[in-house]
Amino acid sequence: MKQEPIIRCRKLSLWYSKTQALKDITIDFYPNSVNALIGPSGCGKSTFIKTLNRLNDLISEVRTEGEVFYRNTEIRDPGLDVTDLRKEIGMVFQKPNPFPMSIYDNIAYGPRTHGIRNRSELDDIVENALKSAALWDETSDRLRKSAMGLSGGQQQRLCIARAIAVQPQVLLMDEPTSALDPISTAKIEELLSVLKEKFTIIIVTHNMQQAMRSSDTTSFFLLGELVESGNTEQVFSHPHDKRTEDYITGRFG
Amino acid sequence: MRNAFEKQLSELHTKLIEMGSFCEEAIKLSSQALAIDTITLGNVSLLKAKIEQMEREIESLCLKLLLLQQPVAGDLRQISAALKMITDMERIGDQADDIAEIIGYLIHRNERDCSLIVEMAGFTITMVSESIDAFIKQDTILAQKVIDDDDKVDEAFLKVKQALIAMIAKNPDNGGYALDLLMIAKHYERIGDNAVNIASWVVFSVTGVHKGETEL
Repeated sequence: MKQEPIIRCRKLSLWYSKTQALKDITIDFYPNSVNALIGPSGCGKSTFIKTLNRLNDLISEVRTEGEVFYRNTEIRDPGLDVTDLRKEIGMVFQKPNPFPMSIYDNIAYGPRTHGIRNRSELDDIVENALKSAALWDETSDRLRKSAMGLSGGQQQRLCIARAIAVQPQVLLMDEPTSALDPISTAKIEELLSVLKEKFTIIIVTHNMQQAMRSSDTTSFFLLGELVESGNTEQVFSHPHDKRTEDYITGRFG
Repeated sequence: MRNAFEKQLSELHTKLIEMGSFCEEAIKLSSQALAIDTITLGNVSLLKAKIEQMEREIESLCLKLLLLQQPVAGDLRQISAALKMITDMERIGDQADDIAEIIGYLIHRNERDCSLIVEMAGFTITMVSESIDAFIKQDTILAQKVIDDDDKVDEAFLKVKQALIAMIAKNPDNGGYALDLLMIAKHYERIGDNAVNIASWVVFSVTGVHKGETEL
């Protein structure tokens, strides 16, 4: 990986009021890779990805230190237009959260917000996004129907389609399959390997097998620290840190 | 945490030690038969059967653990190393039996001089014992010693070969006998290789690095 990292994080610390949730996180993410973040609940991995598209802004009394760069942009810069940032760095959440509107409008929502009004252009965007999210075949004849009528797995792929409709560079996913059945999970994992050709994916997961199957790199967080980060095969075959070994082999605590 | 899994892992460890001790015994018995006339040869094939039985047991235990526990990291290395090691252990049992069989043909011969092979057998017995010891103690230094000691066995094999060539040159009637001895020597040489394999799986199990590879 000789390319420039797309996200470069240096000594990032974060406090919720007086509680420190992230401690000196230093890590790089490279383009066109799937990066898994693992660790027990409360270890800071979700906090970490929320920092990458400034979702923590919504919480009061959050304070950060250090550097987080998206290409040449300092993400922490208070003058940064957060909507622009989120166009580049999209997010898919744990529970599918389609808007209560039609499938078509769910996807078109982002592009419209960014000023695209032309009908045929929107049609193309919707079709491409649904195809990229492997949902087109199942929905092409019901685009005007409510998204709420889709199954959980379909809703989650819709959320992925919605996130990629604005053509982001980075896709953040916070446990995107934990509410899905194995078949929907498999579809989304399959999707990851296709999506990484266009995007950089950072995925928080509690499913170790998922991290092994679908990621290129794995990073282990514990109590707000980044304990270990490396090639997924290395981390799961011989982790360098005893704490990583204890966690992934289920001997933790 | 994961107590049931821990218990099965330690069961695997115990079974491997047991299988290893059968291998040691098999090769020791066949070597004793070489040095002194003995009627213990039949025991070698009994041990061989036991070793094969254990190979199947350990194999199915490993496959069960892989399927049901989905091990990673050190656990995965231990189980995959075990799966590979038992193949070499089974080969050791086989070859000890082959040696015993050949000795069976020689036993009625009046004059036999196996001193060179006895020395070679000594080296390989040590290698097998130490490779199993290295596994029990998860001792990579001892494992490395076994890997290095293979040269001694190879040298001993060459010495035996030279001596047998000389024997045939002196009296061509000894040809058949010499060939039998050469076969025995070759079996010991292979057993040395099996011990090296076991030792290198011990190294892999502990360090995650297999011989000839660099760390990921």
